[in-house]
Amino acid sequence: MCTYITEKAQIDGSGKGTQGWFPLTEARVYYDHPHHTMADHTLNIDFVNNEMGIGARVAVELTEESARSLIEKIEDALEAAGKESSSIS
Amino acid sequence: MVSWHNIETDTIQISGNGGDQIDAYLAQPKGQGPFPGVFVIHHMPGWDEWTREVVNKFALHGYIAISPNLHHRIGPGSLDDVVAAVRAEGGTPDAQFVGDFNAGVDHIRSLDNHNGKIGCIGFCSGGRQAYIAASKATYLDAAVDCWGGRVMMKETELTERMPTAPFDMTSDIKVPLLGLFGNEDEAPSPEEVNLTEQELQKHGKAYEFHRYDGAGHGFFAAHRTSYCIEQALDGWQKVFTFYEKHLS
Repeated sequence: MCTYITEKAQIDGSGKGTQGWFPLTEARVYYDHPHHTMADHTLNIDFVNNEMGIGARVAVELTEESARSLIEKIEDALEAAGKESSSIS
Repeated sequence: MVSWHNIETDTIQISGNGGDQIDAYLAQPKGQGPFPGVFVIHHMPGWDEWTREVVNKFALHGYIAISPNLHHRIGPGSLDDVVAAVRAEGGTPDAQFVGDFNAGVDHIRSLDNHNGKIGCIGFCSGGRQAYIAASKATYLDAAVDCWGGRVMMKETELTERMPTAPFDMTSDIKVPLLGLFGNEDEAPSPEEVNLTEQELQKHGKAYEFHRYDGAGHGFFAAHRTSYCIEQALDGWQKVFTFYEKHLS
């Protein structure tokens, strides 16, 4: 695809990178060429801290099917914990 | 009959756009030459090992080849962290690319073993940039666009970094253009390739486009699932035939 279409979400939480845990400020989501996964395109998520340099990044590459399954499981986990469902279906 | 050259390689620094010192990978045949030059524009996955393999390939074939790190200004870091940061910023600014491009070309032109002819080849986002170079470069004799996406851009896709669609630069193209595309690709789609071809024809530009069935995006990349060996071998042959014609 080689698009620059990137969805960004401001987030609160923590991620574990190569140097250990660090606070997260943003999640960047895009569907494009992966670096590691053996696929032409993947749903890529970069969990980053914008104030800590480019290495403060936890990167995930998922197939489309896996990404959609993950959306469901996130909702299921929150619902199981008694949290109200969001607008994501 | 191809005869392979012995080559020498180095990572050098060139004075890029705005006078910024940026790294560049250089490979050239040993000997006095003179040899034609090629600027290898790296793809969106970054200034990586595959880019260096391509630069070496050209040197083996008798070309002085250079590939500057267009992501140099992001700073040190792992390749994928650098690429992710470039992406998050919206990509390499087109004006900055043109400055870095002219700098890389100037370096080749300064070498005693250069024959005075310069080509460029770009892959993926580099293909788009090759299209830009074909219209904006100060010195260039031939350009190769390998599956460059976003040559055509919607109004909503234009940004401060990319204010003009390369498609709209077609009338300014000054050199022969070779384009290689997979018919299974979505960016650019076959329809976009057709429209780009029509625009080149409209402006009377010298070009040749080759479209490959069964190939999608990035079909030269032997380390990726997109690799298509037959199409890649034919594509490379097209590249060298094109350069033999225009860079001798």
